[in-house]
Amino acid sequence: MNIEELREHLCATHPDLCPLFSTEFGDGVLGVERGELHDAASDLRDLGFDRLGMVTAVDRGETFELVYRLQSRSMSAGMFLKCEVPRSEPRVRSLTDLWPAADWQERETYDLFGIEFEGHPDLRRILLPPEWEGHPLRKDYTDDRIVPRPDFI
Amino acid sequence: MALDIHSSCPAVDDEGRAVTELVVNVGPSHPSTHGVCRVIAHLDGEVITKAETVIGYLHRGIEKMTENRTYLQVVPLTDRLDYVGSMYANWAYCRAVERLAGIALPERAEYLRVITCELQRIASHMMAMGSAAADAGAFTMFLYAFNQRDFVVDLFERLCGARLTYNYVRPGGVSFDVPDDGWLDDVRAFCAQHRGAVAEMDKLFFGNVITRGRLKGIGVLSAEDAVAWGASGPVARGSGVDWDLRRDDTYSVYPRFDFEVPLGSNGDAYDRNRVRLFECYESVSIVEQALEQMEPGRVRAEGLPRLLRPRPGDAYDHIESARGSLGVYLVSDGSPKPYRMKVRSPAFCNLALLEKLAVGHMMSDLVVILGSLDPVFGEVDR
Repeated sequence: MNIEELREHLCATHPDLCPLFSTEFGDGVLGVERGELHDAASDLRDLGFDRLGMVTAVDRGETFELVYRLQSRSMSAGMFLKCEVPRSEPRVRSLTDLWPAADWQERETYDLFGIEFEGHPDLRRILLPPEWEGHPLRKDYTDDRIVPRPDFI
Repeated sequence: MALDIHSSCPAVDDEGRAVTELVVNVGPSHPSTHGVCRVIAHLDGEVITKAETVIGYLHRGIEKMTENRTYLQVVPLTDRLDYVGSMYANWAYCRAVERLAGIALPERAEYLRVITCELQRIASHMMAMGSAAADAGAFTMFLYAFNQRDFVVDLFERLCGARLTYNYVRPGGVSFDVPDDGWLDDVRAFCAQHRGAVAEMDKLFFGNVITRGRLKGIGVLSAEDAVAWGASGPVARGSGVDWDLRRDDTYSVYPRFDFEVPLGSNGDAYDRNRVRLFECYESVSIVEQALEQMEPGRVRAEGLPRLLRPRPGDAYDHIESARGSLGVYLVSDGSPKPYRMKVRSPAFCNLALLEKLAVGHMMSDLVVILGSLDPVFGEVDR
């Protein structure tokens, strides 16, 4: 199954997900609502996306864009599963029960962005010390120790 | 009351309660880790019942720093990720930038990237196997392996002036063409002697009965677990997961080369290290084919702007580094600086397996398992 067949399959089985699927930059991108994230991920895993490559987030101001990158060995394909998480209530269901690979990467996303993953077995800071305040990869994070780089351009 | 001296001494804590569990801190500093890692090992006698990995001692916030630099200024930061295999981080980052900005490469640049990165794989695997051998007590193997690594590092020093942080691969190509003092001939000479050196190491280390005793059956990882936990590179291939990005999600000029993907079958520390040894064989073969096919030409794309402003969007690209699938996720907002960069590092995902692999083994096996995962902490912590 290639990305185009995957799109057809998605349109047949999940008509509501189909318009959210795009293939810009060569990879499939599927954007879902926060509540449907776990179900969509579970479906994609059954379709052959057996590896969870990457978990990260992007600070988009009012919302965080949570990005899971899935990979399929049988299709030699990769795709993004994205979901918007509001900054006011940064909470989403964890995918650790589908892929144990999410364990450390979700901890890292929690550490650096402050997004809480419900159902995660061990949600603690991983890269920063436990007593650290704030979440450094948020765009509004400030700290005296950050020295701005002079703008040469 | 008479005390039976043949029973074990009853251990008690401060309040007189019997203690059966011993907690030992391994690290933060240990020679097997190429960096700083602490393992909190809970022991029952000599057997590990729980091993908690504590990382973050080397966290430098590289992903945050990229948001304050232009696309070209980020390249030297990527050297500091995997500092025993800098070429890979350079390459993965540059591929993501090229994909985002739509830059096409001249062919010679692709060949030079393949040659340097396959040499880098040999250097990195020599480091991994040499230090893993030193952990198991085989110091001669350590010296043999580092001797080979030094040849590669000398070649890199002549190529780009650095022995550790190369900064050689740039968006749009590579920084310079090879020096004209017979560098390519010396690469050929290195390849010619390397096969013999690998065969010698195989006999010396992997054929040794003590090595087999120390490494076989230690830290067994099944193929299903390797996939589910996101392991990649020699860690996954040691378990028999037949997946190599160079062949299965191919990039650059790799389809033009003929090479095999070595696989293990038991998924233990022995197989993981032996896969690395066989990959060195294959890397030599790829370098020789690339030298054969490479033709003169430009090494950087023409008409590159001084300041890259990729269109808004996001791109992910990954390559097969010495430790596995190394991916870079870049988000652009159209400005000259990356809006967000995320490095999907193979060492981070492989190291997550330590807590699972160490349980049930002896304390002395912990360093062998850690060494067989080959973590580089610049890449784990970023």
